[in-house]
Amino acid sequence: MVAIPSKHKSLTLLAGVLIAQLLMLAVQIKRDSHGRLIRVWAISAAYPFERSGSWGFGKIRGVWTHYFALHTTAQENEALRVENDALKLTIAQLQTRAAEADRLATILNFKQTHEEVPIVAARVIAASAGTASRTVEIDRGERDGLKLNMAVITPDGAVGKVIEVFGNTAQVLLLTDKDGGAGAMLVDSRTQGVVGGTGEPMMQMKFVANEDSVGMGEKIVTSGMDKIFPRDIPIGTVVEIKAGNPFKQIRVQPAAKLERLEAVIVLLSQTPVEFKNETQSAPSTSAKQNTTPTTPAAAEKP
Amino acid sequence: MNDTYELHGGETHIEVHKFYPGAVVLVAAAALVFQATVPVYFPRLNILELPLLVTIYFGLSRRNPSTGLLLGMMIGWAQDALSGPTVPIGYYGIAKTVIGYLASSIGARLDTEHPAARFSLIFGFYVVHQAVLVLVRRLLLAQPEPWFNVHLAIAAAVNALLGTVLFLALDRLRRSS
Repeated sequence: MVAIPSKHKSLTLLAGVLIAQLLMLAVQIKRDSHGRLIRVWAISAAYPFERSGSWGFGKIRGVWTHYFALHTTAQENEALRVENDALKLTIAQLQTRAAEADRLATILNFKQTHEEVPIVAARVIAASAGTASRTVEIDRGERDGLKLNMAVITPDGAVGKVIEVFGNTAQVLLLTDKDGGAGAMLVDSRTQGVVGGTGEPMMQMKFVANEDSVGMGEKIVTSGMDKIFPRDIPIGTVVEIKAGNPFKQIRVQPAAKLERLEAVIVLLSQTPVEFKNETQSAPSTSAKQNTTPTTPAAAEKP
Repeated sequence: MNDTYELHGGETHIEVHKFYPGAVVLVAAAALVFQATVPVYFPRLNILELPLLVTIYFGLSRRNPSTGLLLGMMIGWAQDALSGPTVPIGYYGIAKTVIGYLASSIGARLDTEHPAARFSLIFGFYVVHQAVLVLVRRLLLAQPEPWFNVHLAIAAAVNALLGTVLFLALDRLRRSS
């Protein structure tokens, strides 16, 4: 048996220890000291253990996190997948809006550079219901000043003409329609003719004599002779030339993206207007060399 | 020295346990290191109070109020020292001194080997420990601190549960008689 401290002894010791600590606390508060010596000892003694413990617990956490605590991973993956899908949709919407903004900016730029020409921008809201015709419906109509046979263009080139006008909408016959067409002129040779549709994406330039000089890739612009389109609006590019009887068979790639029209410009004036011809303002080498018609006959063609 | 002693109080007799050399120091140091390190990697484990559990365990086992309160004081000081300069030395020291004394005193009178008794005691000691801390904060440090909240009850229950399991493990450090 050992001597067990009496209740009074332990109580006395407790009181003494507590009082000592209270005094120590008071001294720390009064002197604003933090018992630095004790802390240095304690931290120095604990440091190796803390460091090794930190390493060990870090490893444990790594193992736990990467191998065991994966019950939320599937949920997180699902949430991320949903978020990713939503972001993709948002990106697609933003890309669409950006493309639309680009188109509108192009139209705005066109309008600013052709202030003398009364125009109205329109959005394509529908296309022909069948393949028998190539028309589009736009969201501008009689109330916006549209009339029959007004020219419809894009900054890229000629599109067609208004063939039907309603209060708020109008129908446009595209150049690629079998009944569509425009007075045209080869930029380099100044040879004139008529570009008309064939019901296909490509157009055809008619009434160009076999003896007229036509180059592949040559640009074609409106001649203004049809009283619908002003002069010098791009129509297309020559992509195929065949000899015919009595006229050449010339296939033309439309300058405007007629298959993907979303916004167009309607020229409200049916009086002849002069456009700044980009091909003239920045003519090609061959155009510079051929600023006059090559043949008198070509110049006289409608 | 014998490994186990007996306290006779009335008709009951209660064993006083001894531990392997260095066991108390190592367990206390491990508890302090754990307390200082683990919450860095597992923040939710911040709810645990291992130094307090160690103080309670050795107080209940040794059943000597003097050694219990001194052990509590030392563990509390070490905890103060490792808690940073915002915690004055003596803050945890006072609380654990009280707990060490109470645990030793109660351990000398009751059989605290049963898990249910241990759970209840740890729960109660945890609340008392927090009460002393709040008292010190309010009276000595002039820092307002709520006396009781739900977190305290949850923390007390969690520590009591863990302590009950931990005490079973620490029982293996006792010297066999």
